[in-house]
Amino acid sequence: MTATTINAQSNLSPDQLRAAFYELEEHHHPEGGSTMLGFWIYLMSDCLIFAMLFAAYGVLGGNLAAGPGPKDLFDLKLIALNTAMLLFSSITYGFAMLAMEKNDRARTQLWLLVTAAFGAAFLFIELYEFSHLIHEGATPMRSGFLTAFFSLVGTHGLHVTFGLIWLFTLVIQISKKGLIPANKRRLMCLSLFWHFLDVIWIGVFTFVYLMGML
Amino acid sequence: MAESYYAKAEKHVHPNADAHDGEHGSLGSLREYVVGFVLSVILTAIPFWLVMSGAIEDKQTTALVIMAFAIVQIVVHMIYFLHMNTKSENGWTVMALIFTIVLVIITLAGSLWVMFHLNTNMMPMTHDMGQLP
Repeated sequence: MTATTINAQSNLSPDQLRAAFYELEEHHHPEGGSTMLGFWIYLMSDCLIFAMLFAAYGVLGGNLAAGPGPKDLFDLKLIALNTAMLLFSSITYGFAMLAMEKNDRARTQLWLLVTAAFGAAFLFIELYEFSHLIHEGATPMRSGFLTAFFSLVGTHGLHVTFGLIWLFTLVIQISKKGLIPANKRRLMCLSLFWHFLDVIWIGVFTFVYLMGML
Repeated sequence: MAESYYAKAEKHVHPNADAHDGEHGSLGSLREYVVGFVLSVILTAIPFWLVMSGAIEDKQTTALVIMAFAIVQIVVHMIYFLHMNTKSENGWTVMALIFTIVLVIITLAGSLWVMFHLNTNMMPMTHDMGQLP
């Protein structure tokens, strides 16, 4: 159906017709309206980085070069503790989001700081594990397995580090400007980021640590 | 007839109006977080226990079981912590997720498959490569 046929059927002015066929005004976008989707797509691309690191670990994981293997190096009790830290930080971040929903500024900050404490504990345990490995001579240069291991687990640890920096930045921003819409949006992005890191950690402890100890 | 075109044009101005309203629901509730947390603890504890105690004799079976637990736990996190649903952002988050899962499967399965065969085929390096046609 063309414009002329419509014009013949109804008595619309050219302006009205144009409005029917073309978008004359720019779309109204609320500020930050597409941030959440954009951030989600960033997380998906981050997921691909981890997929490649997992693939590298899968390919190189068996190349020990006569060096120490997973069974000589990993301590599952430490990993269980580490996993617990990350899980606790996930639910405390959830509590921060619930407090944010109620516009409870102090409680939001409190839960964020509790989350940061668990995140820092996770990082501390991971660094302790790394230093222990390096002390034993299991450096990233030792074998293909260790290179892949340090790349994968180290990249996850770096993500947690940057998540912590982001978290502290937001705590300061909230104390300066309060729970304004922009800060709420940022908190929601960090929420996605933080829970996403927990999802990646499920893959790490299953494929690297648990299956390595079998 | 022309009326419907008007309606369409009108709708175009606020395409995200519905999605914006739904955003408040995507934060989750206390119940949701607690259920997700309890499920995660259970789904984490069982694989750790299986490996640390060696409850299942066969290693292949244990590996398959803990992989199954990992997949279930990832789904639990997606639903209870990341609040994934098919409606958020008009379904685009789910579309991006499905696309990513396809790429991840291709990356992982493809790499492992190709490199496994490469290792198998390249292993015997006894002959002088210069003599090959």
